[in-house]
Amino acid sequence: MVDVQTTPRQELANPMADGLTQTSSPEAAVLAPVQDVQIAISARNVSAFYGPKQAVTNISMEIRKKSVTALIGPSGCGKSTYIRTFNRMHEFAPNARVEGTILLEGDDIYAAGVDPARVRQRIGMVFQKPNPFPTMSIAENVAAGLRFMGVRSRSELNDRVEHSLKLAALWDEVKDDLKKPGIALSGGQQQRLCIARTIAVEPEVILMDEPCSALDPIATLKIEDLMRSLAEHFTIVIVTHNMQQAARVSDSTAFMLSDEHVTGQLVEYGPTEQLFTTPRDKRTEDYISGRFG
Amino acid sequence: MTIAQHSPILARTEGLYRRRKLFDRIMTIVMVVAAVAAVIPLFLILFYLLREGLPGMSWDLFTQEPNRPGRAGGGVHNAIVGSAIMVSMSLAVGVPVAIGCGIFLSEFGQNRIGSFVRFIIEVMAGIPSITVGLFIYGLIVVRQGHFSAVAGSLALAIILVPIVARITEEMMLLVPRSLREASYALGAPRWRTVMRIVFPTALPGIITGIMLGLSRIAGEAAPLLFTALGNQFYTTDINAAMDSLPRRIYVYATGPYDYWHEQAWAMSLMLVTVILVISLTVRAVFGARVTVRQ
Repeated sequence: MVDVQTTPRQELANPMADGLTQTSSPEAAVLAPVQDVQIAISARNVSAFYGPKQAVTNISMEIRKKSVTALIGPSGCGKSTYIRTFNRMHEFAPNARVEGTILLEGDDIYAAGVDPARVRQRIGMVFQKPNPFPTMSIAENVAAGLRFMGVRSRSELNDRVEHSLKLAALWDEVKDDLKKPGIALSGGQQQRLCIARTIAVEPEVILMDEPCSALDPIATLKIEDLMRSLAEHFTIVIVTHNMQQAARVSDSTAFMLSDEHVTGQLVEYGPTEQLFTTPRDKRTEDYISGRFG
Repeated sequence: MTIAQHSPILARTEGLYRRRKLFDRIMTIVMVVAAVAAVIPLFLILFYLLREGLPGMSWDLFTQEPNRPGRAGGGVHNAIVGSAIMVSMSLAVGVPVAIGCGIFLSEFGQNRIGSFVRFIIEVMAGIPSITVGLFIYGLIVVRQGHFSAVAGSLALAIILVPIVARITEEMMLLVPRSLREASYALGAPRWRTVMRIVFPTALPGIITGIMLGLSRIAGEAAPLLFTALGNQFYTTDINAAMDSLPRRIYVYATGPYDYWHEQAWAMSLMLVTVILVISLTVRAVFGARVTVRQ
């Protein structure tokens, strides 16, 4: 069962509602853990704050498994903050606070006693700027997360490094240079290395925060191809301010916006094709047709 | 001017442009002169050291113990060994404390305790080295009733700690936030992030800081004067008075004999050379990482 709450201000957000039942009482659904084979992340009434400043306002969204979900919107609309609530990275900001519930496969990641580090092993993240560890070789970079988890066996590490690099479409380029520093690679390769590093720990979900904004068009295309193929194994959530990218890679798209009254609201969420061809909200239409933002 | 001729606005501002160019040239010259003035003393010192120190260099200087005063010849083997022992001991004690302190300040020091520790470290860095020696004298030498290499090493360690701690903190804080985030995003807990990612990334800078501290304490005579005292004879007993190069330089340079003066110069040259060689070697070993860091 999945709770679907609709309020006038904020539309709920479940593009793949087929086959899902709806309840009218959100509290009941929160109390009883919801599990649905199709849903990886279920975010309910999520608000995020930096001190007194609100950055995300009351967003509910369900993210479908093994698909690519894109968050688009103009700068400052809260999309990066929002996905950072998914892996509890938001709380590193001073005085940061999150309200609402986020369920990962039915587990409340903000429940008391949940170790954020464990959450992040299940929900990986790729950042805007490639950030390989500068003191580590290519292989060590990929193995870093496994080592953090306590994997010691040489052969297991080697296998996983190779497997992850292959999944990240980087193996053929670096297989003879595994001992070279990761930072010696080109920008696009570094980003794929970071993706390999993320998938090595086999997370269920990979968050990508504008992963191509520091890359050239060719490297960008490679990463986009990669996202499509990774979606066969992982749930991918990507933040992008590039609408074409969202249109190219994602299965469903969420459009976020801040206006003078509400910061970081979800305007519309639906299958990508529908959102880009027949948006339901006027503001979405204005944005995707380039009238603002 | 040919470019400016056909543009009214460039032609009109030609005067200002020339003045700026002139000013630019003058300032460049001023900076070059300042830079040269800053390195001249260094070269003068090196030149003097080589000129005065080389004649006194001999195999005996390194291998022989000092002769009794007035009898030419002999060496300063006891002072070399003494300095090596005391500097090593103070590094062994001081570096772990200083690095721990620096990591605490950078990772957990954004509060009142951190500010307090930071303040103490800054005060420590400003204490004159002779005062440190006096403090150890009162604390250890007087109570134990004898001078010792241990007391000397502790005095040197007290001078070393604030230098290395401050550089450690600064280098740790220089590590980009994106690397910490990458580590957290992989599910690493905080201490693993600090020890496996932040600290190794900051290490080349911290090593440089340790080298800086080493150069400083290896050349200190003041804090050793009434802690390790000095010794005419060779000893490796760390509970006894021990000789050191800076103290022996001080004694020989102010002494009455010409061969003492010559040996003092030679020891100075030796000290500078050894510190230079250690620094360059360590940097060469860790240098690969520094270049990787860009």
